[in-house]
Amino acid sequence: MLVTRFLWRLTPLLLLAVAWEAISRFGLVSEFALPPFTDVISAFARLNEEGLWTHTAQSLYRGTIGFLCAVFIGILAGILMAWYRPLHILLNPLLRCLYPMPKSALIPLTIMWIGLGDPSKITLIFIGCLLPVVLSAFNAARGVDHILLWSARSLGASEKRILWEVVLPAALPEILSGIRIALALAFILLVSGELIIANNGIGYLIDLLGEGGDYSGMFAGVATISVVGFLADRGYVMLTNRLLSWRE
Amino acid sequence: MTATNEAKRPGPGKVARSREAAGISIANVCHEYRPAKGRPVVALNNIDLEINDREFVAVLGPSGCGKSTLLYLLGGFMPLQQGRISVNNNDVAGPGPDRGIVFQNFALFPWKTARENILYGLEKQRISKQERFDIAQHYIDLVHLTGFEDSYPSQLSGGMKQRVAIARTLAISPGILLMDEPFGALDAQTRSIMQEELLAIWSGSPTTVVFVTHDVREAVLLADRVVVMTARPGRVKQIIDTRFDGGMNAEIAKSSAFLDRVDVIWDLVREEAIAAESAEAS
Repeated sequence: MLVTRFLWRLTPLLLLAVAWEAISRFGLVSEFALPPFTDVISAFARLNEEGLWTHTAQSLYRGTIGFLCAVFIGILAGILMAWYRPLHILLNPLLRCLYPMPKSALIPLTIMWIGLGDPSKITLIFIGCLLPVVLSAFNAARGVDHILLWSARSLGASEKRILWEVVLPAALPEILSGIRIALALAFILLVSGELIIANNGIGYLIDLLGEGGDYSGMFAGVATISVVGFLADRGYVMLTNRLLSWRE
Repeated sequence: MTATNEAKRPGPGKVARSREAAGISIANVCHEYRPAKGRPVVALNNIDLEINDREFVAVLGPSGCGKSTLLYLLGGFMPLQQGRISVNNNDVAGPGPDRGIVFQNFALFPWKTARENILYGLEKQRISKQERFDIAQHYIDLVHLTGFEDSYPSQLSGGMKQRVAIARTLAISPGILLMDEPFGALDAQTRSIMQEELLAIWSGSPTTVVFVTHDVREAVLLADRVVVMTARPGRVKQIIDTRFDGGMNAEIAKSSAFLDRVDVIWDLVREEAIAAESAEAS
């Protein structure tokens, strides 16, 4: 049953692959613009031997560090901002300035300040992911029903305890959706950072193959990072459902 | 405090815990809400009230008369602006486990199961894990939640949620129980069952109760004394003794003496409700 349903859900993708192959093979568009699907698959097999996964792993390392730092620091900062007014006064103007800024515009700056290596890319991802996490944590923590806080106080909980035992779990649903936005941003910033300048990583590989005229290889690279991004999001949604299993 | 903490340590299999006697003294209490925009609203005006230890007092009044405000001040959730509130001659200065509260909307922690909710307050006390578990189970059984210990609030009906909230509050054995329209969000049948059960629990181990409601019958049924408040700004209009010889039971609740008392109080509340409405309209 489950297998049949899974296959049904794959049908649109299969149709897309068939259409892709046909369009390309019958010359409806140039092979450079859209290499045939089967060519991309064989390029994928070839790249598999030639370090596709080393590059992917390098990218994932950068992405994970930047993203996780943003999640932890973002939750902490957001909740504390909601709780301690001086911190809010201090940080709010900075967040308001950073919020509308396209984070990819920071790529040249981070390179200039921090260099070409991993730290500049991690910093970029960190800054980009931080905002949605901080803002969701702040809004969620500020919106916690005061009746829950009163209950906790009258049950004998200290203010510090309440922060972690009541405010954090009560704010968690909203924080988790902020983190999902951060996750998508992490992939965007990761690839764009590597596309502009890097000496390894999946974005670098895509750029390199494109420059070298290996368009089917380039497509394979794009497909790889897309699948990784898709799996990361699915995995994250599963984690979220698990963490929020108390909701109906 | 420490002495009674030692004393209330239950023996194996027993969870009966002693409580401190808790009389409440409210003197000259005024409270004003000051919204960021608009005129300040006087919620309470010169409230004087003495509540004896183990007395069940209901506070009745039209909506907006400040009866919940009075309860929140008793709980220490809001700063006292004027007057004095003391429990056993100690001024109330903030919330504490000596005054447990039950809210109309349950205020359960939705990420905790029924049992975990009940354990929360106990975890703040210096008692062993096994003891906490036993006490929680005792109150789960007392409020007839056996079998639903591991359900989350989202899986429970309104009545059951309120049972969890009552058990959570009773479990920390507060000297004073504050109840803010606890059955107001429940349907009529559930409310009536909950009233009977609360009465049974209270008769079994009386604590001082301040019970805010706008249901006259509920007030007469449950309380030893009913405090009727005026329309805003809230003052004490009248205090009526509602004790019946032989205590409350289903028979007395059908007697003409009971219904007469409900009628008398109804008339008092109606006057104030009309006053509140005309104030609203003007």
